Amino acid sequence: MTGIAACHLSLGAGRAAGLLPYAVALGLLVIGLYAIVAKKNLIKIIVGLLIADYAVNLFLILTGYRPGTEGHAGAPILTDGAQAARTAFLRNTTDPLPQALILTSIVIGLGIVALVVSLAVRLYEKYGTFDVTDIRKLRG
Amino acid sequence: MERLLPLLVAIPLGGGFLCPVLGKFARNRCWVELLAVLVMALLLALSVGQLVAVDTFAYWVGGWKGGDNPIGISLVSDGLAQLVVLTVNLVGLLAVVFSTSYMRRFTGPGLYYGLFLLMVAGMNAVVIAGDLFNVYVFLEVAAIASYALVAFGTESEELEASFKYLVLGGISSVVILFGIGLLYNLTGQLNLSEIAVALGAMAGDAAAVRVVWFAAGLLLAGFGLKAAMVPFHAWLPDAHPSAPAPISAMLSGVLIKAIGVYVMARLLLNVLPPSAAAGYAVMALGTASMVVGGLLAVGQSDLKRLLAYSSISQVGYVVLALGLAAVLKVRAPGETLVIGLALFGGLFHLVNHAVFKSLLFLCSGAVEQATGTRRMADLGGLAGRMPVTGLCLRVAAMSIIGVPPFSGFWSKVIIVVALAMAGYWTLAVVAVAVSVLTLLMFAKVQRDVLDGEPSACVRDARKAPVAMSLAMVVLAALCLGIGLAVPAFKRHLADPAVTALRAGQGGTPTYPERFRPPVSAERPLAREEVRP
Repeated sequence: MTGIAACHLSLGAGRAAGLLPYAVALGLLVIGLYAIVAKKNLIKIIVGLLIADYAVNLFLILTGYRPGTEGHAGAPILTDGAQAARTAFLRNTTDPLPQALILTSIVIGLGIVALVVSLAVRLYEKYGTFDVTDIRKLRG
Repeated sequence: MERLLPLLVAIPLGGGFLCPVLGKFARNRCWVELLAVLVMALLLALSVGQLVAVDTFAYWVGGWKGGDNPIGISLVSDGLAQLVVLTVNLVGLLAVVFSTSYMRRFTGPGLYYGLFLLMVAGMNAVVIAGDLFNVYVFLEVAAIASYALVAFGTESEELEASFKYLVLGGISSVVILFGIGLLYNLTGQLNLSEIAVALGAMAGDAAAVRVVWFAAGLLLAGFGLKAAMVPFHAWLPDAHPSAPAPISAMLSGVLIKAIGVYVMARLLLNVLPPSAAAGYAVMALGTASMVVGGLLAVGQSDLKRLLAYSSISQVGYVVLALGLAAVLKVRAPGETLVIGLALFGGLFHLVNHAVFKSLLFLCSGAVEQATGTRRMADLGGLAGRMPVTGLCLRVAAMSIIGVPPFSGFWSKVIIVVALAMAGYWTLAVVAVAVSVLTLLMFAKVQRDVLDGEPSACVRDARKAPVAMSLAMVVLAALCLGIGLAVPAFKRHLADPAVTALRAGQGGTPTYPERFRPPVSAERPLAREEVRP
């Protein structure tokens, strides 16, 4: 169980320096959500959505980070397949999976931005404004 | 049949990109319609085939598992996935058949059917995905297609509803991705059954359990938003009525279930560690949705808005039953009968709601096309002018109210009985009371729309075209047929799904052992050793 405890050190009661990047990601997420809830301009709401999206992308890529034994981690390219080398290799390289995940996530984010911006443009054509308080034909 | 599993995703994806191309080059829109109907028919045949021929099965994409620690992409077909896939594709086929006639007044058939098939591809893939990240990716595919479909009319209301839907859907996606990231960071796994095993092994670790709680809260909130559970429901009554009728039928009938309720149930009952508190939270969500959705629906004057609010209420029943099963799994694991009843009632109501709510939305589309209005006050006496539509609307209303022997009666009775047997008498009474509310709102629908003297706009109403009537009649027949064949439905469709949801959690694999890669004594890739 000690191994597992070490596994989420960076998330739980870890070192202060290790927590800072996560705090930044969480802070960005909160800023994004604030913008979505509080802002009245469609474009600002879209920007808020993007900030929240990128905050989570940042969080994901941070989960793959490894300090490594020599102060910095290498690229995750395994040249030697021997069992003994693998554990050391894993300690000293970043986790490539979150990077693959956020690549996908960024592309999805791009699709959403393209759609939401085109919706905002069409709304502007209909109403002549980006202010959500003026765009209220529907009730909650 | 096993090898055909990826086709459930590949065919609609391919069709989804072929439709716009065909729409651009074909002279006649018939070709696009034909292609879409063919694709959906093929998908329905495949999902029936899966159901008949396949036991639980995991398909590794590219034949690659990724060694001892599976990082390959898996598609899993078990009883629950088969049931939901069948429902999605059945409703999808009928909605496409309905569209061939209904969508004639819209331009851009290629784009419409393309988006429709992408949405179906997304839903199918979410249901059969074996890992959490593919759930997220295909959830977004389905969601983005549905945002665009809600705005398909490009009138100001539709754009506004779509914008609102997109922003709230975007928030839920962000929250879900955050939860997935937390679980990955904790367990080093994305595969659902591996996550379940890893979380089970961490049960004694207080710090890990706190992170699991946080992640579970994020995921439940995110999927609750996708399923339009009550504190998160604000987008649904705008988005669902604004879409074209067959899309409303898809959104209310299957989308909120496939990418909301289904994933919620899978996580709650199969993946996350068993916990009564999470079960209570889900029960609270379900009860709130049931009551608030019902109360808001009664006051509506727009037919499609009323149907949208009643969707919130009916999905509340499903979620309440599933939450009850989760609670009982922890509090009274010996009560297998009650757990089975709750799960069966929930899943049965999920299927029934998909059938009767899509039928109701299709009927509302036929009515709107014939009369040009959705305001119930302006309608009246349609039963005489549109006999088939009127009859189908009546059957669907009977089913959603819960008149025996229609399907909705049995599922509601089973949920109420399960609640009572588990000792939640208050909730059982609330469920019955909401049923009375449903009776009120659909009595109003029948009185205002079907009965009475024909109003001005109804007088010129013509009968619905053949394709639209066909789709409606098939769904109406299902409402009655499922109600008459409950034992057969239970044995062949529901029981395997119930078994899948009963199966292991936390420590025991979700999917049968033989489909998981062998675990070697030494696991050099295990996450915990990797951390500094």
